[in-house]
Amino acid sequence: MSQGASLRLHVPEPTGRPGHETDFSYLHLSRAGEVRKPPIDALPSDTGDLAYTLVRVLDDEGRAVGPWVPEADPELLRRGLRAMMKTRAFDARMLIAQRQKKISFYIQCLGEEAIATGHALALQQGDMCFPTYRQQGLLLAREDVTMVEMICELMSNERDPLKGRQLPVCYSMKRAGFFSISGNLATQFIQAVGWGMASAIKGDTRIASGWIGDGATAESDFHTALTFAHVYRAPVILNVVNNQWAISTFQAIAGGEATTFAARGVGCGIASLRVDGNDFLAVLAASRWAAQRARSNLGPTLIEWVTYRAGAHSTSDDPSRYRPADDWAHFPLGDPIPRLAQHLTAIGAWSQQEHDQTRAELEAQVNAALKEAERFGSMADGHVAGAATMFEDVYKDMPEHLKRQREQLSSEG
Amino acid sequence: MASMTMIQALRSAMDVMLERDDNVIIYGQDVGYFGGVFRCTEGLQAKYGRSRVFDAPINEGGIVGSAIGMGAYGLRPVVEVQFADYVYPAYDQIVSEAARLRYRSAGDFTAPITIRMPCGGGIYGGQTHSQSPEVLFTHVCGLRTVMPSNPRDAKGLLIASIENDDPVIFLEPKRLYNGPFDGHHDRPLVSWSAHPLGEVPEGYYTVPLESATVFRPGADLTVISYGTMVFVSEAAAQETGIDAEIIDLRSLWPLDLETLVASVKKTGRCVIVHEATRTSGFGAELAALVQEHCFHYLEAPIGRVAGWDTPYPHAQEWAYFPGPARVGAAFRRAMEN
Repeated sequence: MSQGASLRLHVPEPTGRPGHETDFSYLHLSRAGEVRKPPIDALPSDTGDLAYTLVRVLDDEGRAVGPWVPEADPELLRRGLRAMMKTRAFDARMLIAQRQKKISFYIQCLGEEAIATGHALALQQGDMCFPTYRQQGLLLAREDVTMVEMICELMSNERDPLKGRQLPVCYSMKRAGFFSISGNLATQFIQAVGWGMASAIKGDTRIASGWIGDGATAESDFHTALTFAHVYRAPVILNVVNNQWAISTFQAIAGGEATTFAARGVGCGIASLRVDGNDFLAVLAASRWAAQRARSNLGPTLIEWVTYRAGAHSTSDDPSRYRPADDWAHFPLGDPIPRLAQHLTAIGAWSQQEHDQTRAELEAQVNAALKEAERFGSMADGHVAGAATMFEDVYKDMPEHLKRQREQLSSEG
Repeated sequence: MASMTMIQALRSAMDVMLERDDNVIIYGQDVGYFGGVFRCTEGLQAKYGRSRVFDAPINEGGIVGSAIGMGAYGLRPVVEVQFADYVYPAYDQIVSEAARLRYRSAGDFTAPITIRMPCGGGIYGGQTHSQSPEVLFTHVCGLRTVMPSNPRDAKGLLIASIENDDPVIFLEPKRLYNGPFDGHHDRPLVSWSAHPLGEVPEGYYTVPLESATVFRPGADLTVISYGTMVFVSEAAAQETGIDAEIIDLRSLWPLDLETLVASVKKTGRCVIVHEATRTSGFGAELAALVQEHCFHYLEAPIGRVAGWDTPYPHAQEWAYFPGPARVGAAFRRAMEN
């Protein structure tokens, strides 16, 4: 019998805390263009290396290099850049609106705009996303969704399509392929797999796209989703947005230390990619690869999008209490908006003047949308759906006990 | 009409609905090729194919969570949780997701799913194969909770549940699968073929949800019950000679308040009987409803008979099970006042 040292519990810590800079070398980056692109029908087991490296297209000079350069005409990329800029302008204005007490709560996606907007451009009409609360870019990238209807949800006002039942940002928009955001974490991941299974059962052509953050991958629903997606070869894209932080919980506490979230997929028999989430071209290319696999009965793909949550978790959070205040400035994958703008400028499809003009236009559009939405009131001024509506939609047809309670509310308050 | 056990009646309901509606699909642990541990889905995969009747991984949260996604797509999944005792990993998906999807999305998305699960004891299943967790579902707004007591109701209620656009928890008292059981475990088994409620129409029909039935008319006392306890209560009425009117709720929630209120107003006495543990059991809600609606008609305190507040034991099963003696004692107490 050997006498070992005393046992020690390992509790992971981030490399940076307030007062000392983060050492981002834990991220294990690849050079742009360095990572191979496998054929569309690659076996999941043949994507093992891609779960540990990082698919990148844009280099530091804004050149698109390597096998993952997507076929995309400049007009599509300009559309993508505008969608990212629109998302950032929308978030910035809604944060102010929250501080002005026009809305009760807000969650921005600062620094992560490329992921949802790029992914949206790789999907087709009819596909269904099962998002978390930081994928507003899926809606803002679409031509058929207005900012006014989104803001009415944020304000819980008389035009709120959800009748004031949900916290701000928990949108639901079936016609735009956007499943109702629960507010609970991870539950939607297995539901996305179920939606994809249903599409396959019916011999449909539409695919599902599920979303989860690095923190919530620790929930059993994440592992459940991987198992079901693999077992039934479901036509689904399993997106893990690794923005390094879940409120104050560093990604190593969710299980990211010395491994990757993409590696979970390979272990489950799912083709997996780890991708630079701040590289719009890489997002577009990887999303298309996964979508094509799903649409070709080749099964699910797990994509870990490596990015950084540049802002606070929500308007109720102050990240300077748990991480260096200027962390984003040192994040090695930068800011997705200037990275794509640099590329478009280099190919002669964008300019600083156009950038400034676009930003001003978008800010004006967001302001106009907010003004328009304010016409329909807000929680602050009491212009919300009538109290009696709270009894609707609990069941399809209102049972007697709810009719009695509604009556009691109306007579007694 | 054909003579069916409850298992055959449930299978017939699923068969009818698979035939009528292409959007109905069935899955769960062991339900595909094998046909389920209780044989409820036997032969359905062979008849309808592997994409409509199939096996699922041992993951209740995944079975229910994927069914919610399928419901959002437009299917009507009927999923089986092998024992009600195993439903807890799926509880978050049921409570936070299925039950609230219509509400939180203001009708944009819905989850028209039916979750079948065998419940209750009397089969020497110990504490992991005997539970009656109905109150964990009746407490959740947005769910429908249903429990049949016989083959004819089982088939009609299951068809109504599958057709219903709300999520339905469908609890099957497994001790009644093969025959009515009055709690006398030491007597010979009785088969459904010897009982009129084992006569089941072969085609499509429904028993509407939110409708209770007067299982046994009577004048002395109202018994509010469901599942296995309906037969135990019937035996207690015969053995005590008390002319009990037994209401079989069938739909636990939302329920048919009118039928039970009318009966209690008529008899002036009420005993509530269920197999689940007593404290905060569904009987507590029923007792509250009865006193709210029938207080001035009551001639005696409302009685409750339930499982003891202990886990369901293995070797002491019949001391735990609320049999005819315990139910009869409650009847006599209600009549003494």
